[in-house]
Amino acid sequence: MNTRSKLFVPLVAILLGFVLGAAILIATHRSPIDMFYAMLQSVSGKNLRADTFNPRYIGEFVVQSMPIMLTGLSVGFAFRTGLFNIGAEGQLMMGSIAAVGAGLWIQAPPVIHVILVLLAAMLAGGIWGAIPGYFKARFNVHEVVVTIMLNYVALFLNNWAIVEVFKSVDRIKTPPIPPTALLKSDLLAQLTNGSRLNWGFIPVLLSILVYWFIIEKTTFGFSLRAVGFNKDGAQYAGMKVNRNIVSSMVIAGAFAGLAGAVITVGTFSFGRALPAAEGYGFDGIAVALVGGNAAIGVFFSGLLFGMLKAAQPLMQSQGIPKEIASIIQASIVLFIAMKLGIEYLMKKLKPRKAVTEEVES
Amino acid sequence: MKKNFVRAFCAFALASVAFAGSTKVGFVTDVGGIDDKSFNQSTWEGIKRFGQENNLTQGKEIKYLQSTAEADYVPNLSTLADEGMDLVVASGFLFESSMGEVAGKYPKQKFLIIDSVVKDKAGKTLPNVANAVFAEHEGSFLVGVAAGLKAKADKKNMVGFVGGMQFPLIEKFQAGFEQGVHAVNPGCKVLVDYAGTFSDPGKGQALAAKQYGAGAYIVFQAAGGTGNGVIKEAKERTQKGDVRWAIGVDKDQYNDGVYAPGKSAVLTSMMKRVDVAAHDVSAMVRDGKFPGGEVLVFSLKNKGVSIPGTNPNLPADITKKIAEYEAQIASGKLKVSEVPAKQ
Repeated sequence: MNTRSKLFVPLVAILLGFVLGAAILIATHRSPIDMFYAMLQSVSGKNLRADTFNPRYIGEFVVQSMPIMLTGLSVGFAFRTGLFNIGAEGQLMMGSIAAVGAGLWIQAPPVIHVILVLLAAMLAGGIWGAIPGYFKARFNVHEVVVTIMLNYVALFLNNWAIVEVFKSVDRIKTPPIPPTALLKSDLLAQLTNGSRLNWGFIPVLLSILVYWFIIEKTTFGFSLRAVGFNKDGAQYAGMKVNRNIVSSMVIAGAFAGLAGAVITVGTFSFGRALPAAEGYGFDGIAVALVGGNAAIGVFFSGLLFGMLKAAQPLMQSQGIPKEIASIIQASIVLFIAMKLGIEYLMKKLKPRKAVTEEVES
Repeated sequence: MKKNFVRAFCAFALASVAFAGSTKVGFVTDVGGIDDKSFNQSTWEGIKRFGQENNLTQGKEIKYLQSTAEADYVPNLSTLADEGMDLVVASGFLFESSMGEVAGKYPKQKFLIIDSVVKDKAGKTLPNVANAVFAEHEGSFLVGVAAGLKAKADKKNMVGFVGGMQFPLIEKFQAGFEQGVHAVNPGCKVLVDYAGTFSDPGKGQALAAKQYGAGAYIVFQAAGGTGNGVIKEAKERTQKGDVRWAIGVDKDQYNDGVYAPGKSAVLTSMMKRVDVAAHDVSAMVRDGKFPGGEVLVFSLKNKGVSIPGTNPNLPADITKKIAEYEAQIASGKLKVSEVPAKQ
């Protein structure tokens, strides 16, 4: 029952989310069919109406999915230890700053340089995650407050660093990062008709594996989960609760930091000043929630929300406002939060026959 | 037949242009959105006007795609190019690198960038991109003259400037404004603040409150959505009897400053006619005269920047003075610097 509902609730929630989105489209005299065609085209590259195929859409779909999978892992990992990491956005920006620094200042051969960039980003994100972790462990300051505030600190630190540290000429982007430090690939771009698809999917997939391994297969992961289930119980069992809280936030921050690198040296090739936060961290919360904070769940829900993002140009081109995707995303999260309600309905609706039979016998 | 289409998607996209009679124009907004009361909205108004003149259907022959994050710029531009629009327009210097990237991938697609110049690595413009830039410092000079004279007339000695993010582009507004104020009112102090964002009206209002509190009588905002907060603060103060003025940007913002019937807190506006740029280049594409690789400068001379035709809040002597300066700048007799004087 429990494992079945773990899969069932998100699927029902997703279904309801799309039904709601479609209902709003019908109510506003637009065609939900257009929406589904656009979504199909964004994941398959195939335009069923014109019968054309353009693999660029597949590439962009993967590009949109990668960072939110990582921020999803970040939020999910902290969640497993009972922590709510709203700070993935800030950790991501710190990762991005570190990636720019490592890209511009270090000189190294091609593959090694990229790896150094990714490690630097993970380190920076990890440190940024360690701060709320430490405050939580040492002074019991709620991590939600600290992480939200650190998001702003990271945003302004980023914009300051772009101009003052990396000497941006136009004040919006740094000098180009050398090709040795980039995840970009001509081969992948050619395969997908000039999309921005890049090697970023390798660290993303590795992260999902690492997440699964730590959480499910190690004693460290077990003790993290134990802290998440019951802090006092874990303490009583002799686990180092405070240390676990800090380590959990460090690892969560490292995932988000990696997302910053994937965006900066994968999607782009320079550091950017940001007028406002871009929402990758908040998308990560949705991804983690829908994915049930499990590695494989985050993978699939990352693809789902990546699709909603990647379908944007096609949907808007069909006259479907971009807000519809936000409505679908938000309502899926809402329906997930109504988990108990869905389970209750399931129980009520489905096995009625079995129950009545039992009563009769 | 169908399979041929599949294999030659790009060819199809281009071919569809050939047998479509009308000129299709697609527009990509930046993260500010289509209703930003600023240049995204103005650009789209220019394209809509072009659409009305040529009986184009909105959503088919003219359409826009909004961006949520900077990572959306490239896919949005590419999608419009794939769909075979005759002209793909983007507004704002934030598009500079993504437009360069996409223009390289679609060498036969015509693009227009407003507010920036797209260059390749060798520093040359691209043959398939038209660039429209504005002489913001010239228009800002005129509203500076208006502010300087209005302050003088009401015996005030301080005005202010609130910018969005501090880039050379926004500094052109500041530079022109300061020169305009000092040309007619040399002793007048000009406060300068940058909000660091174009999309936070709350921050704009806070900065306006700070400047008005310090004694600024008139504040010129060049801050997009952030600037709406400046106008709001001017309105609220004036309503309470503490008369202050705001100067609008990009469009005639008189109506945004209305706080009572027939009364607006917006003194005048520095109109940057991005709509004219979008409309005119669309028309050039229709007539087969696409100015690819060229840099079109919209200045006071060709009315690319200007103050509104009617300014109910400006007395006739001030508008007369502004017209004199306008003529001098347009004829090249008076040069306005693009860079603010170092403090």
